[in-house]
Amino acid sequence: MNGFFDIPSDLQASWWGLIGLHLQEALIPVLFGLLIALPLAQLCARFRWLYPPMLGVTTVLYALPSLAFIVLLINWTGLSTTTVEIPLTIYSLVVLIPAIVDGVRSVPEETHAAATAMGFGPIRRYLQVELPIAVPAIFAGLRVATVSSISLVSVGALIGNEGGLGNLLSDALHYHRPILAWNSVITTAVLAILIDGLLVLLRRLLTPWAVR
Amino acid sequence: MNLFHYANVFFSDNANWSGADGIPTRLWEHVQYSLMALGIAAVIGLPLGLVTGHTGRGGNALALVATAARALPSFGLLVLLTVLMGLGLTPVMVPLVALAVPPMLVTTYEAIRSVDRSLVDAARGMGMGPLRVLFQVELPVALPLILSGIRSSAVQIVSTATIAAYVSFGGLGRYIVDGLYQVDYNKVVGGAVLVALLAVLTLGLFWLAGKVLVSPGVRRQQR
Repeated sequence: MNGFFDIPSDLQASWWGLIGLHLQEALIPVLFGLLIALPLAQLCARFRWLYPPMLGVTTVLYALPSLAFIVLLINWTGLSTTTVEIPLTIYSLVVLIPAIVDGVRSVPEETHAAATAMGFGPIRRYLQVELPIAVPAIFAGLRVATVSSISLVSVGALIGNEGGLGNLLSDALHYHRPILAWNSVITTAVLAILIDGLLVLLRRLLTPWAVR
Repeated sequence: MNLFHYANVFFSDNANWSGADGIPTRLWEHVQYSLMALGIAAVIGLPLGLVTGHTGRGGNALALVATAARALPSFGLLVLLTVLMGLGLTPVMVPLVALAVPPMLVTTYEAIRSVDRSLVDAARGMGMGPLRVLFQVELPVALPLILSGIRSSAVQIVSTATIAAYVSFGGLGRYIVDGLYQVDYNKVVGGAVLVALLAVLTLGLFWLAGKVLVSPGVRRQQR
């Protein structure tokens, strides 16, 4: 019972189970972050004076250490995955807002005017013109948010078994089995690189007009 | 019961203000680790960024290194190195430096690259050699961006140094990790508040550094 894939039974999950848990804890926050960031970024792009203070607030939020953030939330959400997911959502949000604002601002004035002239209302113009043009910038943000989210989930191991693959790390220390730590680090890194690759692929599918 | 109550109990306890586990000691430890990691990362990241940015070569390699380094989980690296090497400064420094180099390296590269070419041409035309162009033209103009890169590295180091407590190291993370094990929530909240304050203070220091170091001409241009 000392192989790479021999997961101690106290984690109550297989290797694949841990991966599933890890991805769930890492990706749900990015998704929520995106859903919140889109309207906020739109507001910032629309009302320019809103952007500098928004950037200030998000910079400070991003400076909050993940461990500190997580333990402060225990007061409300207890020792649960939600406690890990809320800070990750905030971090994703912070990365995504500037990315989306830059993306939406990079839409050329003529394109904007052409869409208006074709009779596009503000919502249709946003969904069919501005958003697609902003896709590359949004994806640049999404990639950073996703990769750092995947690597941060492990910190959840500190508040009990809420760290996905990070849970292997506490077991590696408790049972003194370095192989478990290797497993955690390698699997997490490979996972991050794979998901990053998937995002690149998805961006290419979404922007067939882009120059390769 | 709210967070203010917990923090208040922690900070008003005199026992927490002195001795080996006192706030000044832990704070100083945290600052020491952070400065050391930032120093090592700067020695690696800044010259590399300056040179690659100046020559314009190696941008793709840099992007690759940055992505790979971002994919490495700092907490995992910390535990792995501790299990392998035992307690020591190296297992703490390696993940912190690995975390801090990419933002510095990439921003410095980008910052030097994005310096207006006509400025560089003018400097060359005035007879400046490559070193003088780099240090008297490109560096001052790129300084605001470079500082922002160092800033995000510093803030991430301060945040992540907290985790060193998990492998029995000092620093402010001690309060959080010990508090969790001792089910002493006052301690946990106190520690978390201290780390957050230190991170925000770091942010503020860099904002100040930007005001002092960036040449007035460049500052005016930024608006």
